[in-house]
Amino acid sequence: MNPGTGRVTWMLRDKRGRFGAFVLAVVVLCALAAPVVSAGDPAAQRDVVATRFLPPLSTDLHGVVHPLGTDRFGRDVWTRLVYGARISLGVGTLAVLLSVAIGLVVGAVAGFSSGPVPVVLLALTDFALALPRVVLLLLLAALWRPSAALVVVVLGLTGWMSIARLVHGEVRSLATRPFVEGAASLGLRRTRILARHILPNALTPVIVAAALGIGNAIMLEAGLSFLGVGVQPPVPSWGNMIASGRDTLLNAPWVATAPGLALVLVVVACTLVGDALQDALSPTSRR
Amino acid sequence: MLAALARRLAAGLAVVAGVATLTFFLLRLAPGDPVERLLGPAATAEQLAAQRQALGLDRPLPAQYAAWLARVAAGEWGRSIASGRPVRAVLGEAWPATAALVGLSLLLSYLLGIAVGAAQAARGGTRLDTALSVSTVTLFALPGYWLGLMLVLVFTYRLRILPSFGAHGYDSDALAGLARLRDLLRHVALPLATLTLVGIGGTARFVRGAMLDVRAAPFVTTALAKGLAAPRIWLHHVLRNALVPVVTLLGLSLPALFSGAVFVEAVFAWPGVGRILVEAVQARDYPVVMAATTVSAILVVLGNLLGDLLLAWVDPRIRHGTRET
Repeated sequence: MNPGTGRVTWMLRDKRGRFGAFVLAVVVLCALAAPVVSAGDPAAQRDVVATRFLPPLSTDLHGVVHPLGTDRFGRDVWTRLVYGARISLGVGTLAVLLSVAIGLVVGAVAGFSSGPVPVVLLALTDFALALPRVVLLLLLAALWRPSAALVVVVLGLTGWMSIARLVHGEVRSLATRPFVEGAASLGLRRTRILARHILPNALTPVIVAAALGIGNAIMLEAGLSFLGVGVQPPVPSWGNMIASGRDTLLNAPWVATAPGLALVLVVVACTLVGDALQDALSPTSRR
Repeated sequence: MLAALARRLAAGLAVVAGVATLTFFLLRLAPGDPVERLLGPAATAEQLAAQRQALGLDRPLPAQYAAWLARVAAGEWGRSIASGRPVRAVLGEAWPATAALVGLSLLLSYLLGIAVGAAQAARGGTRLDTALSVSTVTLFALPGYWLGLMLVLVFTYRLRILPSFGAHGYDSDALAGLARLRDLLRHVALPLATLTLVGIGGTARFVRGAMLDVRAAPFVTTALAKGLAAPRIWLHHVLRNALVPVVTLLGLSLPALFSGAVFVEAVFAWPGVGRILVEAVQARDYPVVMAATTVSAILVVLGNLLGDLLLAWVDPRIRHGTRET
């Protein structure tokens, strides 16, 4: 068996990992099958006055059931929630992939080269780590017209530093191990040693950090959208749904409550999967 | 120790200078023009040009940057383009509100988080540990702005016992002494609870992990073998040593907490730096954005420095230079 699948099995043997993976699987399925599990169009409005602010589990005069109620434009909250999941999960995952890519390159180069390069890269990492992230997010998000793609880039560009540090540490310690010396004495090129022998072994903590990072990125995406500089309405994202529900908190609390609960559930699931993976991947920290 | 401190201070200054420079050029690259917003859609091209010249915005960027640096070095932050008020006055009113909110929530979330994490570690594997783990993971996952809205829903709209925005009631100027303090406490309650609850989750999770790591160390086994009472071991051996990484986290969590404060201030209309920053970025109010980011960078750097000093206080090995810091 490939060691990767073995670790996933280990992770799933953990109660937390099972629960987290199950929740994520359900949410991803709902997001992928959004047209099937919902009423179809997240922006659909009919008779606004007659269908707005319907409470959860009510049926409107067209005979359509609204499991989570409707918002101020009479749009179905459940439909917007599952379509919003596409945006929120997609943006979070892509942003973390971008962070991991940058972090891997910076960390690997800093860990496996000598001279002034690692010094400069590490100083750059420490500098970026000390920047107040939200300030940077606000500034970057104000640079171009707000969109989902912009949020991915902005979150990716401000989230790579911890990955770079992790990778740097791993690469440095792996570089002194006998199997790397062996590969070098066989005359393999340094880039090949780095790519084929060191990096695959350094991926363990990166996977854990990525699992935890996705939860964080989803939360930040929602935060930016909440402040109005992220994903723009009418495209539904959990953040702009919460923002739009804020104005109607008194007479229609479900509009802001539903996307918030979904967000918490997904972030909890990411955290649990990250914790379980961490324990499965590092036998010493298994508790 | 002193040399290390001087090095950290120099690095901190470099970070602040870097933030200011980055902010300056990012902001000017961004589309949107404060003068157009100031004069409105009816302004003619000549009026716009005259106003730009008056504000010095028609000069080349490097010259503007040098002028800004020179002014700041002389302690002059300029005037807000949007309101015309001195930036110093705008921020002077705002930063104590943010510092109070962030400082109090840091204190509370660490005290409560350490207590919860320690209780979990000491009762590891029991139902209490599991129940608290579920709660802390959930708190950790709560977005501050949403938790804030939910607290408003419950305490303002349903129970009608706490105000949902601002730092003072409309009548606060007429109040004196205790009544005024009560007014302030009622207003700070919800934003403080929001930031603190989110903070407890992260801290408790971290403390639990750190204590379980120390629990496995040989010297704890020795202490047990010597027959020391369990509470004494948990308090003096395990918790004391687990505090070292926790204190490091304290310094590092300040930027995150400030970030959280930006969202929470937006929800509760708390008159702090975060709210001013969000408004100024949207209005492209250059002098205010520059000052607010510089001040927040300074706060973050000072927080990290404070974390290092606390660390040296908690861990004698660092203070006496027998360990690499």
